[in-house]
Amino acid sequence: MKLYCLSGHPTLPCNVLKFKSTTIMLDCGLDMTSTLNFLPLPLVQSPRLSSLPGWSLKDGNAFLDKELKECSGHVFVDSVPEFCLPETELIDLSTVDVILISNYHCMMALPYITEHTGFTGTVYATEPTVQIGRLLMEELVNFIERVPKAQSASLWKNKDIQRLLPSPLKDAVEVSTWRRCYTMQEVNSALSKIQLVGYSQKIELFGAVQVTPLSSGYALGSSNWIIQSHYEKVSYVSGSSLLTTHPQPMDQASLKNSDVLILTGLTQIPTANPDGMVGEFCSNLALTVRNGGNVLVPCYPSGVIYDLLECLYQYIDSAGLSSIPFYFISPVANSSLEFSQIFAEWLCHNKQTKVYLPEPPFPHAELIQTNKLKHYPSIHGDFSNDFRQPCVVFTGHPSLRFGDVVHFMELWGKSSLNTVIFTEPDFSYLEALAPYQPLAMKCIYCPIDTRLNFIQVSKLLKEVQPLHVVCPEQYTQPPPAQSHRMDLMVDCQPPAMSYRRAEVLALPFKRRYEKIEIMPELADSLVPMEIKPGISLATVSAVLRTKDNKHVLQPPPRPTQPTGGKKRKRASDDIPDCKVLKPLLSGSIPVDQFVQTLEKHGFSDIKVEDTAKGHIVLLQEAETLIQIEEDSTHIICDDDEVLRVRLRDLVLKFLQKF
Amino acid sequence: MPEIRVTPLGAGQDVGRSCILVSIAGKNVMLDCGMHMGFSDDRRFPDFSYITRSGRLTDFLDCVIISHFHLDHCGALPYFSEMVGYDGPIYMTQPTQAICPILLEDYRKIAVDKKGEANFFTSQMIKDCMKKVVAVHLHQTVQVDDELEIKAYYAGHVLGAAMFQIKVGSESVVYTGDYNMTPDRHLGAAWIDKCRPNLLITESTYATTIRDSKRCRERDFLKKVHETVERGGKVLIPVFALGRAQELCILLETFWERMDLKAPIYFSTGLTEKANHYYKLFIPWTNQKIRKTFVQRNMFEFKHIKAFDRAFADSPGPMVIMPGYCVQGTVGHKILSGQRKLEMEGRQVLEVKMQVEYMSFSAHADAKGIMQLVGQAEPENVLLVHGEAKKMEFLKQKIEQEFRVSCYMPANGETVTLPTSPSIPVGISLGLLKREMAQGLLPDAKKPRLLHGTLIMKDSNFRLVSSEQALKELGLAEHQLRFTCRVHLHDTRKEQEMAMRVYSHLKSVLKDHCVQHLPDGSVTVESILVQAAAHSEDPGTKVLLVSWTYQDEELGSYLTSLLKKGLPQAS
Repeated sequence: MKLYCLSGHPTLPCNVLKFKSTTIMLDCGLDMTSTLNFLPLPLVQSPRLSSLPGWSLKDGNAFLDKELKECSGHVFVDSVPEFCLPETELIDLSTVDVILISNYHCMMALPYITEHTGFTGTVYATEPTVQIGRLLMEELVNFIERVPKAQSASLWKNKDIQRLLPSPLKDAVEVSTWRRCYTMQEVNSALSKIQLVGYSQKIELFGAVQVTPLSSGYALGSSNWIIQSHYEKVSYVSGSSLLTTHPQPMDQASLKNSDVLILTGLTQIPTANPDGMVGEFCSNLALTVRNGGNVLVPCYPSGVIYDLLECLYQYIDSAGLSSIPFYFISPVANSSLEFSQIFAEWLCHNKQTKVYLPEPPFPHAELIQTNKLKHYPSIHGDFSNDFRQPCVVFTGHPSLRFGDVVHFMELWGKSSLNTVIFTEPDFSYLEALAPYQPLAMKCIYCPIDTRLNFIQVSKLLKEVQPLHVVCPEQYTQPPPAQSHRMDLMVDCQPPAMSYRRAEVLALPFKRRYEKIEIMPELADSLVPMEIKPGISLATVSAVLRTKDNKHVLQPPPRPTQPTGGKKRKRASDDIPDCKVLKPLLSGSIPVDQFVQTLEKHGFSDIKVEDTAKGHIVLLQEAETLIQIEEDSTHIICDDDEVLRVRLRDLVLKFLQKF
Repeated sequence: MPEIRVTPLGAGQDVGRSCILVSIAGKNVMLDCGMHMGFSDDRRFPDFSYITRSGRLTDFLDCVIISHFHLDHCGALPYFSEMVGYDGPIYMTQPTQAICPILLEDYRKIAVDKKGEANFFTSQMIKDCMKKVVAVHLHQTVQVDDELEIKAYYAGHVLGAAMFQIKVGSESVVYTGDYNMTPDRHLGAAWIDKCRPNLLITESTYATTIRDSKRCRERDFLKKVHETVERGGKVLIPVFALGRAQELCILLETFWERMDLKAPIYFSTGLTEKANHYYKLFIPWTNQKIRKTFVQRNMFEFKHIKAFDRAFADSPGPMVIMPGYCVQGTVGHKILSGQRKLEMEGRQVLEVKMQVEYMSFSAHADAKGIMQLVGQAEPENVLLVHGEAKKMEFLKQKIEQEFRVSCYMPANGETVTLPTSPSIPVGISLGLLKREMAQGLLPDAKKPRLLHGTLIMKDSNFRLVSSEQALKELGLAEHQLRFTCRVHLHDTRKEQEMAMRVYSHLKSVLKDHCVQHLPDGSVTVESILVQAAAHSEDPGTKVLLVSWTYQDEELGSYLTSLLKKGLPQAS
């Protein structure tokens, strides 16, 4: 059993598990932090961004000035943004049988895997994961395709040249694997390979392995996975939350008794309390708006935004913000808001009960009805007519490199009345802001990451008690910036095994048993005998049939009766199959009783001699000699088969068969 | 002998009051708990005293499963749980859980308020009953207890309708509830995997009907409606079942839109209107098309269809009205059953002049659909419920002929018993299994290879291991039993030459065995040793010593008798 680690990003994992005869990919996260090295894609021609000076080496060599631009004291790649793919060379991805998706953030690399590696298997995911994952991909493709950029820079990626570049470009890893965004056609083709599954659904893979998604509590439809056979169990925990937000709570009990627990997707901000952050978010928002400024919230089109809207729904009136317009701008804004209302079965109990009334589970339906929240596909079109300030805008992308957010950064950045509030934890906000510096607008960092923190992890591990824990190496040491915080790491016994990108781990367990079915007819013919109190044995001689990785034991066929000499028998027909073994024997033979038995069966003239290790029983008349020792018996006789068989059966009476 | 027992308390050779008791591997499950439309006395509910006369139902039933929200499947539930008394779990899908209490409340109102029945269940009882409900998701495996598990499959028919698999160990029963094998305008088709249950309990409403294409029926329907409206007439469409109302609404709505018609369409207020809200929230349970387009346009938000008000009744001009129920005894029911003269209140007699047409839009599988489902699930036995005896008889024959499985159709209170022979799962040591599989690369049908091992039974833990391992685990020593047979042959040649001849003889006879001539002059066949020795007294006789262990008994015995026949003359 092996684990191939294809991603180095702990919250955007991509691992391949080889278990029994199956090859299972666990998630395919796409590391988008690579885009921070690129210049933003402005929706509207930006004089500032289009007139940046080219970058030249210290010696004045300017051969890279087309690809690299200096902006606000940093160097950026002037090109279509690119993403860091999971490792594709470590294992032949065309051998992957299935891909299990845990949540919509962890499937963004799917089209690269399913469309370009010869993959022919099936992808399993829950319905909300697929629907919202589709929205995230659609938004991404839309953001990038609607600002066509002719240039795709590649010169700077040359290893010898990259060495000469300033940080962070110099230190960017795996640049050779960076790829441009996929197309909608590739997205559709990838998503068509997904089979929908429900929580606690048992899915058989080739009869060898069973996989089951469990609620993980982090997002709509988010799951952890159990991968098990009858005797082994691997839990894959990815992006789980114990907080009560909108999704169904995490199913912890089903993770118990795992041989191995693979732990990924913990909180990226272990020191921040999500509830506190939400409070700070609301108060900063209110403060800015009251002072006549605008608030920009860079965000994904699904997920935490539902919770933020719900908080605001309760907060707006008490904070006197009823007249302030809230805008949600994304090509998928409408779809996201609509979809959130139809997945009642995947929501927490409180929201589920709403649909019994029947009412939409999320209050943003009311915000839309009362015109407090308006959504638009982009800043073009209707939005430009309706736009009123001061206002609050939710829009993407949180990297600030593409999407409508770029426009608002350019528009509002110069005024100190305005505020940008970062809630998504995926990107360093300072790096995200780098190309916009110097900024007059206020920047508030309120990362809301509801995934497990280290205290919750250690509680969870105590509760479910896996034999072994496997996790990304980042979790086995304190974060680099807080190296003294020994509490910010996974603490368990035995210590967690850690992995890093492009590593192959041999998982520490040995398979010993496999399930086999004994047919009822065979079971009826078994004769159990009690060997020790509570332990019975039965010898089994049966025909093994294996089909689709399932094993069945059938009764042995009855010996076929000779067909009456119609056919001439060939000599070879009589030769017994040496593979038909007799059972093993155990026990010992008490000489006195054995001799008595012989006498009872008509043997006379019996002589017993003692030897160093036992006895020799002589049947003088038959010229037969039986050596009896503690754990062996040897019958030496003439070729009198009848006699031999009689003696054999008498000996066997004293022995147990196995 | 383990067995599965099935007793319908309702829906046995009948439609209505669905309620079927199933006993499987010691677990008792009640499928559906419906009421009968045709009765208003005791017979309207199943006779629960069949389960127990004295004890509490909770002690006799492990769980109750409700397939969908129609009253003939859930109408007796509050009576059963609150008045007779049952506190165990009641499983149903979430849409069923949402809509079922509304229908129950409506049913209660008609019974108590309109018909003035006493001793009926109360609104509070409906609420208390619903508290015992556990929601089941599609394809989710719900563990009722350590052994009993249930799983829901999509059934079409109405929003939230499900088929259920009930499984204990390797034994299972599938109950279809009501289902539809063809997708309609708002629901998808029923689907089940090849789960090979011991028994499939299927509805058989349309056991003998094979319906023509739905498209034709829809076209006919729209044509009739259109013609009537065109000539200024009014159309009244009594829609009995919730779900069918939504289906016809979608049909009319799209037609009105396409034909740009202006005549108003009304549906009765209350039920259908409220149900529409539920349909909007349970989009994942509808068909592919509605799910795909709901963001642009939720199909359950109608533009042309409005709630009906009594004041509209006398408005002139064409209109289409879809009232709700046509319960027995109502005017609607009398008209539908063909009465041409109606006696109204105050002895006024009305002549029915309107045209009456009957069209089936029922969302049940027809005979073809039922056969299709049997083919999908591949059951070992089939049991028919929810249909008429005569029609069942026909379908039963058809199923038995086509699938070669037994088919049953018990009447209410009649028990069908099916013996089962579940196989016994044990753990086999991987070493033993791999050893056997490595040898088993060439399967020979005539001489199947035998696997030999020892089954260790400790408590309920069964393990099959190799005999060696069993001995080792139990701390027992092996006792070796060896035989050595002296075969006397007349031969004057030297021992070495003898051995050489024995070797070539055995080699030529035992082609499939490993025959070796060892340097010390002895010959081995597999692990059997043959040595040639001189006779102590007779120099013209040689002795062949054939030695084998008990495990090689057959081959050893065979070799002795073979050698006894002598060696062939050297050619």
